[in-house]
Amino acid sequence: MSTPRVVLVDDHGLFRSGVRAELGRQVEVVGEADDVQPAIDLIGELLPDVVLLDVHLPGGGGQAVVQAVKASHPEVRFLALSASDAPEDVIAVIRAGARGYVTKTISTAELADAVRRVAAGDAVFSHRLAGFVLDAFAGGPAADVKPAFDPELDQLTSREREVLRLIAQGYTYKEIARELFISVKTVESHVSSVLRKLQLSTRHQLTRWAAERRLA
Amino acid sequence: MEHPERWHRDQFRQHGPFGLRHRHGHGGPLRREPADRLGGGVAAGIAAWRGFSPTAVRIVFVLATLVSAGWGLPLYVLAWLFIPAVGTDANIFSKARNDTGGIRLAVGLASLLIFVLLIAGALNGGWFISWAWPQVFSVAGLALIWRNGAPEDQGTLRHLLEPLGAATGDVKPSRRSAWRLVIAAVLLAAGLGWLFSAHASLALLRPLGGVLLVIAAIVLALGPWWLRIARDLALERQAKARAEERVDIAARVHDSVLQTLALIQRRADDPQKVIQLARLQERELRSWLFEGRSPDDAEELTVADGVRQIQQDIESRYGVPVEAVTVGDCDLDDNLAALLAAAREATVNAAKWSGASVISLFAEVEPAEVSIVVRDRGKGFDLESVPEDRKGLAESVYGRMTRRGGTATVTTAPGEGTKVTLKMPRSSLSAGRT
Repeated sequence: MSTPRVVLVDDHGLFRSGVRAELGRQVEVVGEADDVQPAIDLIGELLPDVVLLDVHLPGGGGQAVVQAVKASHPEVRFLALSASDAPEDVIAVIRAGARGYVTKTISTAELADAVRRVAAGDAVFSHRLAGFVLDAFAGGPAADVKPAFDPELDQLTSREREVLRLIAQGYTYKEIARELFISVKTVESHVSSVLRKLQLSTRHQLTRWAAERRLA
Repeated sequence: MEHPERWHRDQFRQHGPFGLRHRHGHGGPLRREPADRLGGGVAAGIAAWRGFSPTAVRIVFVLATLVSAGWGLPLYVLAWLFIPAVGTDANIFSKARNDTGGIRLAVGLASLLIFVLLIAGALNGGWFISWAWPQVFSVAGLALIWRNGAPEDQGTLRHLLEPLGAATGDVKPSRRSAWRLVIAAVLLAAGLGWLFSAHASLALLRPLGGVLLVIAAIVLALGPWWLRIARDLALERQAKARAEERVDIAARVHDSVLQTLALIQRRADDPQKVIQLARLQERELRSWLFEGRSPDDAEELTVADGVRQIQQDIESRYGVPVEAVTVGDCDLDDNLAALLAAAREATVNAAKWSGASVISLFAEVEPAEVSIVVRDRGKGFDLESVPEDRKGLAESVYGRMTRRGGTATVTTAPGEGTKVTLKMPRSSLSAGRT
């Protein structure tokens, strides 16, 4: 597989140059942007494989970029980065269409790996995002789901919960595969299916849960 | 003290309770099996030794006791005294030999029982007496076991004696025991009255008078001694309570003071850090000693707060990042505080010994239980070869969890990292938010 072409979107120049220096050999960083509108323009022009996107941007937040680009270029994939770990921001950018979320404290090797995964169409969950999802999907199915809606989307299977638990405990996909006696491919498909549920579920808990966390 | 090896063995022990000979004997020396005990683990020991089913051995023992008019019981107690427990080579008797207080107690109790039986025999107790005589030895033997046995032996005895204590009103003097005394007095008066009215000729009562005089003489002669024995027993109980308290204090000191001292030795070249550590420890110890407040519960109100606290403390003390994830939350109660204390200890161990660059701490609150997983990708260790004095794992983690009905599992091997899984059932009282 060719090295993925990456655009960095972050309002901190220092962080961008740091990531560029670290990732330089493993991915091809084709451009940088520091705010929402410049990012949308740049991505439309360069059409990278992956956009590394800070959740917090001065002009509207990361999800504004995802929504704008998805409308015109659905093939561009987003990996969200955040230092704050505030769940409502993370959930918002994932619901907007990002294919994963990692913390800024992630090691270079892991970040490069995450970029490759997202470029290949997989989902990437950090331990913290896995915790958020487990939390948000806790309990039974939502009571107020519209009947026409697919109830499958409202619940995690027990296998998906197991995979998420192990991710939250810091396991890599390879370690999860060994622990659960399944292939890495199967782990990836579980995570992708969780991502789909996270993006499509109308589960009222998701919003309520994020709102509660904002108050806390 | 729990030993990791024993804990491991208990967890994976499996017995088919029935079937006469379901495996071969282990061929080693005869040992008691306290892990599978009803009394002292003698039957289970014989069963494992010769390859019988423990249940079969127990049935044979009960039948033998019935046939031998009660001699089975003292034999059992003797076996308990003289056969060492699994994993040890010294029996209880070798310890009891040097315990003069215990021997005095045993002799005292035995003599008390002998006098009671003599009197009962004089009044013609029938079959009961022939059954009771062997129990003189049982009582003496049990007294020695009580004083010198391992904690699990003492636990069994306490369990067996509990109903006895309750029957004599030892547990709580309540209105019921007062009623019992009144009824006993009324019955006694009625009985005496009946005796006197039935036997108009007092001559028949003369032997009874003699017996009463003998009893009075014995009480006068030996009463003070028995009183002292009773007092010794009370002291014994207090000493046990103190010993348990000491175990708690030892665990606490190990958790905080010894850990900090180890850290200070490592950072000896950094005076600033040493001062900071010493201050931190001083604050912690003061609040625990003088304000009766555990440093753990200073700010912890919920499980998530507690996990965050552990994360902060470990990161600031050991400089190892802790990736903490909490799913759900609920208010703390005593059990969950113990769970957090155990998790803290496991995290400290990982920070100090594993050499891992990051520790992951995962807590999940579910409706029925709260589980915490502490995991590192560090050195790992050989579970079988943890020395007895490194009791962080055994006492602080495993002891804490099992005392409150939780479980602790350690998965590790050299080079494979370590994973400590702690689970504590939620009591119905700790209602909270999930």
